[in-house]
Amino acid sequence: MFGWEFPPHITGGLGTACFGLTKGLLKHGVEVQFVVPKAYGDESQEAVRLINASDVTVMMNDAVFREYWNQITYMEIGSNLIPYVGPEDFEQMVSENTNTRIEESGRVFSERFQFSGKYGHDLMEEVARYALVGAAIAANSEFDVIHAHDWLTYSAGVAAKKISGKPLVVHMHATEFDRSGENYNENVYEIERKGMAEADRVITVSNLTRNIVIDRYHIDPDKVITVHNAVEPPENTEILDAEKHVKEKIVTFLGRITFQKGPEYFIEAACKVLERDKNVRFVMAGTGDLMEKMIKRVAKLKISSHFHFTGFLKGENVDRMFAMSDVYVMPSVSEPFGISPLEAMRSNVPVVISKQSGVAEVLNHVMKVDFWDVDAMADAIYGLLHYESLNTMFLTHGTEEVNNLKWESAARKVADIYESLV
Amino acid sequence: MRSICLYFQVHQPFRLRTYRFFDIGADHYYYDDYQNKRITRRIATDCYLPANEVLLALINEYGSAFKVTFSISGIAIEQFKKYSPEVIESFKRLAKTGNVEFLAETYSHSLVALSNPDEFKRQVEEHAAAIKELFGVTPTAFRNTELVYSNNIAGQVLSMGYRTMLTEGAKQLLGWKSPNFLYCSAPHQRLKLLLRNYQLSDDIAFRFSQQDWSEWPLTADKYVSWLNNVDPSQELVNIFMDYETIGEHQKAESGIFGFLRAFPEQLIKSNKWTFRTPSEVAEDLQPVAGIDCPYAISWADEERDLTAWLGNDLQDEAFSNLYKLSETMATCTDADLHRDWNYLQSSDHFYYMCTKWFSDGDVHQYFTPYGTPYEAFLNYMNVLADFEIRVKEYAAETAGIARKETVKATLNVEKKPLTALKKPAAKGAATVVKTGKTPSPNTKTK
Repeated sequence: MFGWEFPPHITGGLGTACFGLTKGLLKHGVEVQFVVPKAYGDESQEAVRLINASDVTVMMNDAVFREYWNQITYMEIGSNLIPYVGPEDFEQMVSENTNTRIEESGRVFSERFQFSGKYGHDLMEEVARYALVGAAIAANSEFDVIHAHDWLTYSAGVAAKKISGKPLVVHMHATEFDRSGENYNENVYEIERKGMAEADRVITVSNLTRNIVIDRYHIDPDKVITVHNAVEPPENTEILDAEKHVKEKIVTFLGRITFQKGPEYFIEAACKVLERDKNVRFVMAGTGDLMEKMIKRVAKLKISSHFHFTGFLKGENVDRMFAMSDVYVMPSVSEPFGISPLEAMRSNVPVVISKQSGVAEVLNHVMKVDFWDVDAMADAIYGLLHYESLNTMFLTHGTEEVNNLKWESAARKVADIYESLV
Repeated sequence: MRSICLYFQVHQPFRLRTYRFFDIGADHYYYDDYQNKRITRRIATDCYLPANEVLLALINEYGSAFKVTFSISGIAIEQFKKYSPEVIESFKRLAKTGNVEFLAETYSHSLVALSNPDEFKRQVEEHAAAIKELFGVTPTAFRNTELVYSNNIAGQVLSMGYRTMLTEGAKQLLGWKSPNFLYCSAPHQRLKLLLRNYQLSDDIAFRFSQQDWSEWPLTADKYVSWLNNVDPSQELVNIFMDYETIGEHQKAESGIFGFLRAFPEQLIKSNKWTFRTPSEVAEDLQPVAGIDCPYAISWADEERDLTAWLGNDLQDEAFSNLYKLSETMATCTDADLHRDWNYLQSSDHFYYMCTKWFSDGDVHQYFTPYGTPYEAFLNYMNVLADFEIRVKEYAAETAGIARKETVKATLNVEKKPLTALKKPAAKGAATVVKTGKTPSPNTKTK
């Protein structure tokens, strides 16, 4: 299995999903070797054998690798391509890389390549090099199926398939259209399309994504299968009784403040609610390229006294934020799956989600609205704050619903796909 | 000859428009006129008008051998008057034949029987008056919304003067007994009960066009043979269903109109069966046993209970919030408020909030104009919040008037002793205040 990140070193949902899936697969007797660009050494290895791509030696004289490398055009990375802008300062990481930078081609063919494993400027180079590592691992180990997560690893998956002749499954956690809208990066699109075209099966995280894969990438519908994501049971069962220091109710947005997540719709809805009920505070937690614009908008609407920005939250602070919230809103414009509502529901917070999210396909006990319909969104928020029984229903049935979304059952479907290929 | 009782339920709710919380207090019109008009007119064309024609033709041909029964909710009548008056004319033509019985029910097609006896009685009276006005007859048999029935309701219905009532032949009610007899209520034995034969009714209502049903296609021959197979000692078969079955749920292409015409014909020609109305049946037959029903039943879903309308937290909160207003509305004379009070009570609003269909039954989904029960709840609660404000304002206003009158009366009281008598006159004036049309301010404030 080729991934790009693995807990605890994650910047988005991808690592969490991979972790959950591998744990689930283990329960169905599937043994997983997980390749990440850079292992830090403290990853949980309870379910997988983690392979650090940085430790893999590539026999650079091997003709196959040479040939493969020739097929990969090295592409300079555009800044809007960066899939997840991590909280960590990626400039630092880039400068680290430039220190050791030699001639591109030569560096790729040095025996060992120090992967950063981050989403930064040298991403494309890393992707290409990672493909070589994939091929090297494929040539030297025993396995039955290759499984590659998201476009970053597709080239590695395809290379491994070419070397070993084993079936390839690619897993679409997000498409380029989800990340960038219509201004997509053609190079990334091409890697995604090739990966899926070469694959024996394509797994999508929702039917929403499945439709994109079929319509925009022209992949044969018969080999595209939806396996919805799931959620890990909480690690510490005692949910934080975070002390709330304000008496008002709190409505939360938590995620990257980017086009994809639809933060502006949250603000417009907040304004509508505040016009009627001042007894509410809205919180936008996270960071992203639209943050400044959002702060300006809030100021323009003159609701700053009831609208707060927290910046990026991590780990325990996320749990604390959930524990303080009375309503959680995910107004995503395009969300292949969207795991955060599940985390909110698990913390007993009722949620409002956009119909344009994959998670809407598996949840019943939530409010679903169109992301652009700020009236409906405001109405849903208002309703959850004022009509008691709605809360009760969401808490009792929602929690049950989330608890039934187990990685074990998602992994069962994946294991079935493997079996159909072997 | 054995009797068959064919009864159709006619109802269309006033569907609510999308009503946001920021409309509360600002906009007092709640209805989706476009949807209501569109749906009423569509069903009129597809169902009510052509089906009435078929029934009228049967009556014209077979005279007293063919009889049919309707229950038309007051709200449906209002919609017909507004959007499709030809339906009213069509029912009037049927009524004129004298072969049609119209049943009493709640004006709003509401579940008020489960909440407030006084309001229940008021609605039944309002409905009976509407039927009398349109068709010139006062209903003598009763059926409650969705055939909801219990011992308690039986008592209330009996006290309103009805001696015959229709309900569901639910398993939990009958156990091993057959629905094909006349029964009576066990605690209120003067109330006779006709029980729906759900097997034979649903063969038409639900299964008629189901192609994966082993008996499909259902022909008149087949249906009549099933009726003939009913044990000869059983004297009465009750076929009850929504009128919309004919042409709406079962589309014209399924052959339902031909079936509606053919199976009564064959039954009449066989000379073994005669079509009767509930009141006739109740007069002719003797009840064979008492039926005890401590918990309310209905004709809905597999469970035949109330869970389609009440039971989840959403439905219970909406229902109890609505009926908190009963007391004030009982004395309300404002026409607009009265109209909204009627429309908001329709059981349909609570049906849309049902969460059962998450696990089963796509029947519910078919009927709801909302995407999810939660949307239905939000919308209804917003409307109700506005209505509540208006009712409270009205109450405060009338209380204000009442108070003024009291003050006036007191002033009069004080005047009178000055000019004329002392104590007796004062007493007289005080009683006038108490029995006045508007209740005293004390009862109003709460």
